[in-house]
Amino acid sequence: MSTAAHAAHPETTTGIDNRKVAIWAFIGSECLFFATLISTYLVYKGKSISGPMPADIFEIPLVTFGTAVLLFSSFFVVLALNGAQRGDRKKLITWLSLTVLCGLFFVGMQVYEFQHFYHKGLGLGTNLFGSSFYVLTGFHGTHVTLGVIWLSTLLVQAIKGNIPPRKALNLEIAALYWHFVDVVWIVIFPVVYLMR
Amino acid sequence: MSSPTAHAEGHTHPTAGTYVKIAVVLFVLTALEVLAYEMAHRPTMPLHELIGATLIPVLIVLSAAKFALVAMFYMHLKSDGKLLTSLFVFPIIIAVVVIVALIVLMAYWEVLH
Repeated sequence: MSTAAHAAHPETTTGIDNRKVAIWAFIGSECLFFATLISTYLVYKGKSISGPMPADIFEIPLVTFGTAVLLFSSFFVVLALNGAQRGDRKKLITWLSLTVLCGLFFVGMQVYEFQHFYHKGLGLGTNLFGSSFYVLTGFHGTHVTLGVIWLSTLLVQAIKGNIPPRKALNLEIAALYWHFVDVVWIVIFPVVYLMR
Repeated sequence: MSSPTAHAEGHTHPTAGTYVKIAVVLFVLTALEVLAYEMAHRPTMPLHELIGATLIPVLIVLSAAKFALVAMFYMHLKSDGKLLTSLFVFPIIIAVVVIVALIVLMAYWEVLH
């Protein structure tokens, strides 16, 4: 086998690139991290003795729109990966740019939401709802922000022409993280906003 | 639509057409979640009482379906082999057990006190 082929198909004991196994192991550990935050939110749900309560402050239409945008970003990043694997640079850059924009929109929505709630009297230490809500959604928002930074660096690399098909795995690993952030929100959205 | 893309480990990823179909299904499922929420919280909506009584199971089923679709098709677990699926599913099982156990434990503690 040539050196280039070895670079594209590394021989490992599992037959899978070690970086891909590593990101999946990391995602597995993140499942447990978010499980503790979600269970804390559920355990404290309805236990606040003073307001504001979820029904007083949530804006379901805005969060629903943010949820749809995050779902679409997952769709856009698989299309970007599809473009990277085919060597279609234009497709890669277009869909990756849209993914980053969707991520930025979601983070912006969360910043607006936090500010709005704070002005309505809900701080981190106001009540049990405030504490568990801000910690859960804040950690998720931090993950989205890190994902946006990661995907932005890959977008710069794509624009420079540094993501040829043999390096598509670099984008696939970032995309797996991004999808994970999406599936966590798929759980948080109904648990926090719809089950009141 | 384009043909499936070959993967480094020899598996094939879905086509762009499949990704579009999954996106449409995800969008519809999200719309159904919000519709169920509205039906449960507005007395003037049809099936208000029925959906109100079953809202939590309905939302769990819809979000589980969305979760599974993203994991299987967008995260490629359907085509990437059992090792990676195990790395994801095993922690999820532990996570669900942790969530249920903590809720039951706290409910039991409240009954005692």
